[in-house]
Order: sequence, then C-alpha cells, then structure tokens
Amino acid sequence: MFDFSIVTGWIHNLLTSFLPYGLAVFVECVAIGIGIMIAYALIAIIMIFMERKVCAAFQCRLGPMRVGPQGTVQIFCDVIKMLTKEIVKIREADKFLYNLAPYVVIAASVLAFSCLPVNKGMEVLDFNVGVFFLLAASSIGVVGILLAGWSSNNKYSLIGAMRSGAQMVSYELSTGLSILTIVVLTDTMQLSEIVARQADGWFIFKGHVSAVIAFIIYLIAGNAEVNRGPFDLPEAESELTAGYHTEYSGMHFGLFYVAEFVNLFIISGVATTIFLGGWMPLHIPGWEGFNAVMDFIPGFVWFFGKAFFVVWLLMWIKWTFPRLRIDQILTLEWKYLIPLGLVNLLLMVIIVVFKLHF
Amino acid sequence: MQEILEIPAAEFHQTARKLKEEKGMDFLRSLTGMDWGEEGMGAVYHLESTSTGATMTLRVRTADRLQPELPSVSDIWKGAALNEREAYDYFGILFIGNPDMRRLYLREDWQGHPLRKDYDASDLTNPLRMTNEEAVDTTETLELNPDGTLKVQENILFDDKEYVINIGPQHPATHGVLRFRVSLEGETIKKIDVHCGYIHRGIEKMCESLTYPQTLALTDRLDYLGAMQNRHALCMCIENALGIEVSPRVQYIRTIMDELQRIDSHLLFFSCLCMDMGALTAFFYGFRDREKVLDIFEQTCGGRLILNYNIIGGVQADIHPDFVKRVKDFIAYLRPTLREYHDVFTGNIIAQQRLKGVGVLSREDAISFGATGGTGRASGWACDVRKRHPYAVYDRVDFKEIVYPQGDCFARYMVRMDEIEQSLHIIEQLIDDIPDGPYYEKTKPLIKLPEGTYYAAVEGSRGEFGAFIESRGDKYPYRMKFRSTGLPLVSAIDTIARGAKIADLIAIGGTLDYVVPDIDR
Repeated sequence: MFDFSIVTGWIHNLLTSFLPYGLAVFVECVAIGIGIMIAYALIAIIMIFMERKVCAAFQCRLGPMRVGPQGTVQIFCDVIKMLTKEIVKIREADKFLYNLAPYVVIAASVLAFSCLPVNKGMEVLDFNVGVFFLLAASSIGVVGILLAGWSSNNKYSLIGAMRSGAQMVSYELSTGLSILTIVVLTDTMQLSEIVARQADGWFIFKGHVSAVIAFIIYLIAGNAEVNRGPFDLPEAESELTAGYHTEYSGMHFGLFYVAEFVNLFIISGVATTIFLGGWMPLHIPGWEGFNAVMDFIPGFVWFFGKAFFVVWLLMWIKWTFPRLRIDQILTLEWKYLIPLGLVNLLLMVIIVVFKLHF
Repeated sequence: MQEILEIPAAEFHQTARKLKEEKGMDFLRSLTGMDWGEEGMGAVYHLESTSTGATMTLRVRTADRLQPELPSVSDIWKGAALNEREAYDYFGILFIGNPDMRRLYLREDWQGHPLRKDYDASDLTNPLRMTNEEAVDTTETLELNPDGTLKVQENILFDDKEYVINIGPQHPATHGVLRFRVSLEGETIKKIDVHCGYIHRGIEKMCESLTYPQTLALTDRLDYLGAMQNRHALCMCIENALGIEVSPRVQYIRTIMDELQRIDSHLLFFSCLCMDMGALTAFFYGFRDREKVLDIFEQTCGGRLILNYNIIGGVQADIHPDFVKRVKDFIAYLRPTLREYHDVFTGNIIAQQRLKGVGVLSREDAISFGATGGTGRASGWACDVRKRHPYAVYDRVDFKEIVYPQGDCFARYMVRMDEIEQSLHIIEQLIDDIPDGPYYEKTKPLIKLPEGTYYAAVEGSRGEFGAFIESRGDKYPYRMKFRSTGLPLVSAIDTIARGAKIADLIAIGGTLDYVVPDIDR
C-alpha cells in the first residue's frame, strides 16, 4: 500500500532545508488549505454532476447532454453562472446574519471535509479525538441554517429553519451513537487509527450484527442530517418553496447548494472510513493472491470508490422515496432510532467485553 | 327541461330546510345567481337527493334591484357558502346569514357587479389599478333585524397575534394561482382562508356576448384536464335544448374521448401528487405516460391541451385512421405500467403513512359541500354522473363505480388509480365497434335556443361538471353558468385540513385534485 506520508515528508524536508521551520510550516498550511479548497470544489462539481446524471437515469431521462461530451462541462458553466449572478439584498433582513449564514454552513462543511483520511498518510486533520472533532465541526452547520432562516425575514424560511433545527439536532444523536458503537469496538477515536484497525477486515464484517445495525442507522441519520432524500423537509420545495434558502441568490445560494452536496459526500466518506474500511482494500482472509491484487489498487481509489458507492445508495433512496412529515421524522428518530441505537451500543459493549467479535 | 319551482324569498330558508330534512334533498348541485331584468334578481338552485336520486330545481327571486337580499342556505348546504359569495360578487345579491360576505373572485375595491344586466363595463368605472389589494383580516356577516333592516356583524378571520402564512398565489403545490391564507400554530393548521380569482377571466360574462358555437371555445379553458368532458357537457346541453339527436358514432367517440381525458387527468394527478410528496421519480413516470394520451389526442384533434373537439351536433373531425390501433396499444401498455406505479409509490411505506388517515372528509360533509368526483367517491358517496344520469353510451358499457369508505387522502388516491383501470375497461369495450355514421349532424348556421333554462351534466375528470343555460330565444345565451368541479373541493379544504400539518395540506390539496382555472372561471 502506497504511503502518502513519503511525499508529504519529502516536501517538508525540502521546505525546511531552505526555510526557517516556522515559515516552512506556515507555507505548508497555506498550501494544504488551498489544496483542500480545490478538492472541496472539485468534489462539489463531481457530486452535482453525479446527482444530475443519477437522478436522470432513475427518471428515464438523459440529464445534461448539451454542454461538452455527455454534458460534462455543464456544471462548470453553472458555477460560472452562479458566480456572476447578483446577490439580491433583502429588505428588512438582518444584513449581517443574513450574509454570515452561508459562510457558517460552508465553514462547518470544509472543517468536516478535512477530517476524512483519503489515503494512507493523507490525512489533514488527524488527532486522537478525531471522531469527536468531526461530529463537533459538522454540527456547526445547523447554526448557519438557523441563522439563514431567521435572518431572511421570510415565513417560509423560518419554518424551514425550525424544521431543520429540530431535525438535525435530533439526528445528530443517532449518528453519534452509531459512530460510538464503532469507537467501542476499536477503542480509538483517531480516524486514521480506525482505518488502520480494519486492515484485516472492515468493521461492517468484523463487528457482527451490531456493526451492520449501526451502519444502517448511520445511513438513515446521516441522510437526515444533510437534509436529503426522504428527509428534505427543511427545503421541501412543494411545501416551503425552498425552505431556509428561499431568499438567497447568486453565490450565497451557491454556497448552501455546494455545502449540501459536499455534506452528502462527507456523510458517505465517514461511513466509508468507519464501517467500510476507509482506504483499506478488500481483503479476504486466506485468499493471498486475491489480497495481493487488491493491494495494487491505490488507497484513494478504494476510498473514493466506496464513498461514491454510498453516495449512490443515498441518491437512490432520495430519488425513490416520498418525503416524510415533520412529526414522522421526529417519531422515527426519538421512538425508534435512538432506542435502537442505545440497545445496539450495549450489544456492542457485550460483544467487545466477551470478545465475540472477529 | 325540468319544471322550476318558484319559491318566495321570505319562505325560502324554511322550505330549503324542509326539502333537505323531509325529501332528502341533501346535495346542492348548482347555485346560479341570476339577473332577470325587470323581474328582479335571484338565484336558481339545482338540488338532488343522494338517497332517492330525485332532482329538483328551485328559483328564488327578489324584486329589489338596488339592494337585493336573499336568505342564505349556507347553514343547510355547506357548499352554498362560496357559491353565494360568487353570486354576491357577480350580482350584488346579499345573502342574509352567510358568515362571510366578501367578494369571491374580484377585488374588494371593484365597482359594480359585472354580471348584472345594468353593469357599466367601461374602463372608467374600473380602471386598471396599480396598487396591491390589501389582505383583510375581517369579514362581515349580514343579519336581519326584526324590523327588516340589516345588521352588519364583523367577523374576525385572523387576529393580530396569529402566525398567518400565504400559500400561494405563486406556490409549487397549489397547481396554479390559488391562494390560501393559513394560520399556523407551529406546524399545525388552525384555519384556512381561501382566496380565489387570480385567474378569473369572466368566462360566464364573456359567454353572454358570444354565439353558442363561440362559447364552446371557452369550456376547454376551464378545467384544462377535462377539456373533452367540459365541452361535452355544453354541447349536450345545447343539443338537448335544440332537440338534436347525435349519431351513435359521435356518442361512441365522445365516450372514448372522455375516458381518455380522464386517464390523462388521473395520470397527471398521480404525477403531481408524487411530486408534491417529494417522490420525483414517480412524477416522471406519470408524465411520460400522459404524453402518450396527448399524442393520441393530437393526431385526431390537432391539439394537446386545448382540444376543441366536440361541436354542437357532433365532433369537429372524424377520428384519425390510426386512432383505434394507437388506443389499443396504449391500453396494452398502460396496464402493466400501472402496476409499476403501485410498486414505486402506492406500496411505499412513507407514502402510505403520509396519506392514510390524513385529511378525512366524512360522507355527510362531502355531500353537503357537493364535493363530487373522486373526492366524493373516496368518502363513500356514489356520486358518479355516469351512473346517476347516464349520458352518451355509459348506460351500455360495463364498468364499476369505485367507492372507498375511508374518506382520507389514501382513499382519494386509490379511487383515481382504480378509475384509470375502469376507464381502460370502458374504452376496451367500445374501441372495436365504433359504429359507422356521420361524425356530426348538420346544424343551422345561426343557432338560437328556444326560450327556457337547460342544465346538463357530465362526469368530469374531477367531479360533476354542469352547464346551465338560460335562453331568451336569442343567438346569445341570456345567462350561462358552469358548475365548477373544483369550487366545492376548495370550499371543503378548511374543514378537511384543520388540525393537520402543513405537509398534510399539500397532500390534501394534491389528492383533492382541483384545477384552478376551473375554480376561477
């Protein structure tokens, strides 16, 4: 397995050889920051294109076809359009909060995005409470959404934001619980360490039934937390026109839009990291030849492959299911998912204590 | 032409109550405001008993033209409330006891009442206004003092502290420019106030200055998903008045076209309901298949939405040579596809939870509001005009009237889905033996209806669609009124949706399946 830290180490040595240490680290930070932003934008573009093509396939359509081969240039054009559009000022809106909101959302999304270990040695934010940090960072997003809804001076936005607040805060518990189940299994909260522990088998296979249940709960709760699929009531267009971002235009809307898509990727990326082995190739004990072949596929291919597979699963759900109602969403969470998650956590503790896992 | 009972205004309220309680006249089919010129103003009521099937037409008039007053029957038939507002709007007839005496379609600051024969239609009375209409939170009830003077009582619709949200006029789920003012308690609906008239075109007024063949052009523009049936009703009404017997071929073609139109409408209903509920894929399925119906229409009529097919005495053009084959292909295609719809949407657990037990309309309310069509049948009221008053060849074909007893959104949904299959079944019986014959009867170039009043109804895509004509023997109708299929549905929405969530309102609106141009006319 190729270790990306060789490259980063080489760059670090190169920079420190002719720069003072502090300056070298500063340059590295800037470079990594830019790298993350570019990766973020690229992922967003790929996700939007994928969404349009996947939903078109489900709906017996072709999707974007005109701009570029198979419509590949379409999204770039959309980005340019979005960037050049006027940002409409809303009368009676709380200007400061109204302008701040999209950046809060995007900041939360970028922070969470930087936690994903893409390849061996290719982690940006990786420390001993990584999981904790990831959950904390991703939950800042709800603040941005609440601010957006509240400051827009629009009743639809306000209802959308309130729904979103209720929904995201509730489902955070379930995501937390299901991740905690795996933390119990691994006794580490460092994301790179979690991936490393899956070298001999992904947790979804290693963790018995408990991990499978946690994975399913995580997918449902994660889907709800990014306001997608059957849980898209904060922006239910047939009820609230566009929910909390009704009043936003131009790039401010674009930021919400991009954040939504990358958040979907992040949810899938975390699912990949925690349940599906992250960048670890698929190893089947005893099949040495097969395992050796699998090792030739680079880690980031594994990671993106798995992440996009989960994305595809979530898109499938989104484009098939009708939307839930607010009380049904909360019932599902508080009456079913949380009790199930707690019981599941207990089950995992029993499995770990009695060493029943593989 | 039916005998019209003349009832004095003073006794009308009592008589109406007696008719409902003793003769079981519980369904107010149609309420038509009238201006008889010298003879005064008034209204014509078409009643029907849902138990015996007996029908009745009443006429009430008042000689006072300056301030015409009639007793309201909105406490006897709930559906009368909005119809009386319509009559007030058009004729200025004040209905004593109606809890809400605002205009229905026109702006509150409109001068005069347009369907009165003494209305001044010049631009000076009603110039184009450049200001918005203020949303009012109060309304008036008129009551009679013992000495005969009017007592105005103010009703508060929404007080200052209520969280009132506008759903519409521009809203993805109102399917047109309809506006609900909804008072919310959190997400729960406390009250709905319906505002109509955003696409009011004054079709009934326009008809009064058009010859009979010209009026036909407007019916397609009422309920655009029931264009065939609407025009069928009007043609039938005029043909009945003239005593024209259309050929069996025309009857067959009209029946097949009506049923194709019903399939078209119900497919659109399915699609839009799915879209409103967030299931976008199912939406595309429905629209994909609706296109096939439209293609069939286009081949024969030349139009896809506005079809202009029925004419007085027959149809505009003979069916296309490929028509029979394409309809058969379509039937063969749609049957398995319907199962696919059920797989993708009906069986879905979320869809079921969103629809079952939501927005229940009781049978009594459905009858009282006059909510016919799929909505009425989902409440257990067998109200199909095709069975009640068979027309065209409906008495010769075998089909089942779909009735569900639950009255909730899911029942309304299932009624329409099952009706698609019944429509296919009807077409199947007719398509192979369309008799030969002329596709239209020659009529005089100038059509004058004999003096009298005429009413004919068909089962439209979403309820009973009726055409009421009062003729004075001219080439223009003296008064032409269309019984809207959507107005009773919209008038019932406050009753249905109270206590539900916003998301339920969308589901209720979707399953009621109203079409706004039909409400506003």
